[in-house]
Amino acid sequence: MAAYIIRRLLYTIPIVFGVLLLTFILFNMVGGDISAEIAGKSASKETIEEIRKERGYDKPLFFSWDSQFVSHFENALTFNLGRALDREPVIDKIKRGVMPSLALTVPMFFGVVIISVGLSLIIAFVRGSIWDVLTVVICVAGMSIPFLSFILFGQYFLAYKWGLFPIFFSPDLATAQYVALPVLIGIVTGLGANLRFYRTVMLDEMRSDYVRTAFAKGLGTGRVLFKHVLKNAMIPIITRIVLAIPFLFLGSLLLERFFGIPGLGYLMIEAIGSRDYFVINAMTYISAILFVIFNVITDICYALVDPRVSFE
Amino acid sequence: MSRQQIINKTLPKKGRSLWQDGLRRLGRRRFAMVCLVVVVLYFLLAGFIYLAELFDWQVAPIRWSQEVGSQYESPSRENLFGTDMFGQSVLRKTLYGTKISITVALFASFISIAIGVPLGAIAGYFRGFIDEVIVWLYSTLSSIPYILLILAFAVVLRDKTLFGYKLTGITTVYLAIGLTSWVGICRLIRGEVIKHKNREYILAAKSYGCSNSRIIFRHLLPNVFHLIIIDFSLRFVGFIHAEVILSFLGLGETTRPSWGAMINDARIELARGVWWQMAAATFAIFFISLVLNVFGDALRDSLDPKLRT
Repeated sequence: MAAYIIRRLLYTIPIVFGVLLLTFILFNMVGGDISAEIAGKSASKETIEEIRKERGYDKPLFFSWDSQFVSHFENALTFNLGRALDREPVIDKIKRGVMPSLALTVPMFFGVVIISVGLSLIIAFVRGSIWDVLTVVICVAGMSIPFLSFILFGQYFLAYKWGLFPIFFSPDLATAQYVALPVLIGIVTGLGANLRFYRTVMLDEMRSDYVRTAFAKGLGTGRVLFKHVLKNAMIPIITRIVLAIPFLFLGSLLLERFFGIPGLGYLMIEAIGSRDYFVINAMTYISAILFVIFNVITDICYALVDPRVSFE
Repeated sequence: MSRQQIINKTLPKKGRSLWQDGLRRLGRRRFAMVCLVVVVLYFLLAGFIYLAELFDWQVAPIRWSQEVGSQYESPSRENLFGTDMFGQSVLRKTLYGTKISITVALFASFISIAIGVPLGAIAGYFRGFIDEVIVWLYSTLSSIPYILLILAFAVVLRDKTLFGYKLTGITTVYLAIGLTSWVGICRLIRGEVIKHKNREYILAAKSYGCSNSRIIFRHLLPNVFHLIIIDFSLRFVGFIHAEVILSFLGLGETTRPSWGAMINDARIELARGVWWQMAAATFAIFFISLVLNVFGDALRDSLDPKLRT
């Protein structure tokens, strides 16, 4: 078991290396020296030179002990994420944004999972009926409406027109108040794709032999669904849930922008607007690290839950 | 019974190929065919606008910048979807936006197929060290959240000069989407090629002394080609939505109208009760996504031999 975990962790080293290589190519080689852009249009030569020195753009790209390549890796591996364009350390910005983002994404995510797993069990029960067809039609239609339209119309009607929710974030509102509407919109948007996925999972299980056996020995539908089908369907469900967790930390780009929630999505939007490579770089790196870690956790969960997966 | 009749009866019926069979099953689904017609209409519209711009035909959609009324005119008989802030026709802008969206989605598909399919086939066929490198490459890309990756590419590539060609507007968008979305198809093709590699027809081709490239491109790829088509009919929707989000964030086309930019405009307009620009863009996106989703599902059901009943 311990050996399995260690081996699995060793596999992540090349991935982390690859991510760092990619961000280096993107931001240092293709992106390149942006010190003139940072300094602004009317900056003097000296200011630009100063910024170049501060950001390390005066160093060679490769082949030197203090090259940009070496310091890129060094900084990332010691989690020294540098400063954003406004000179605030990036790590502080990220720490500040995590909580509002999680307050938005966690209820949203679990709302979607609980509702769609529950509904998919019901659909598995009435499969082939008009309700099943109707649900699929609604799901496909829901998946086709752009996310932006959901947000805009939701905000316009529910908050602006009917005044059911606050329109915008403000610091004196309680968390539950300002995340309520974005969470609701997020759940409605997420239902289409998720419900379809879980429906397929459940129907796949319904066709297996053990379900027929269970019915044949006279078990009731409820018992078969909840004791047998749900238990076996847990493996794809758990994978999907664990792999989605790192994305929760990222917040929701569009929801946070529309509702002015000061989370990580908002931070990204700001960084895109001002072409803040340093924030985007840090966010890319951190989310990749989280993803890799949760991937390892999924594999370990697999090995624990499914006796067919061996530790060898 | 004449001799000929007996021969006809004893001769085996001519079989249908995978493609013939798949297309026949697809043709039986009326609703999917209707969706296909709508998809084709969208493409024709985009192609028509492209040609009109090329040959400078003075048709309505390419004259989107013309002022056809006063500011924020509500929908009427003259202006079907009303007018926007500058008195431009929303209908014309929506039609023109079709070209932008279809172009981006099409080019993004080409780029990701051009990268993903050969890499997947090579990795699956040769295995060993090459396989490990390619798997490492796509595991790296897939460990960064998709939307973040696209944004990082779009921000960095924007207004860059690469090989003497300045990247602006939609070029950035489809490069960013294309360069990041080949992972799925690469993984799919690799898995499929590994499965096919030990089938008899590949062994036969090897025993004839076919070269590796001939086996991959003449024997293997045609046998997994239906997967590429199915995958992309479903992925196309995602590309259109990605284009909308990038344009909305101001990373896309800025000088010409696009659906994402229209939604961005509508953000401020909605509070003033101007809903038609929003509705037009939403409807255009919704409609093409819906038909593509339905058609893609039908295509998968009829082309995938595993789902054959």
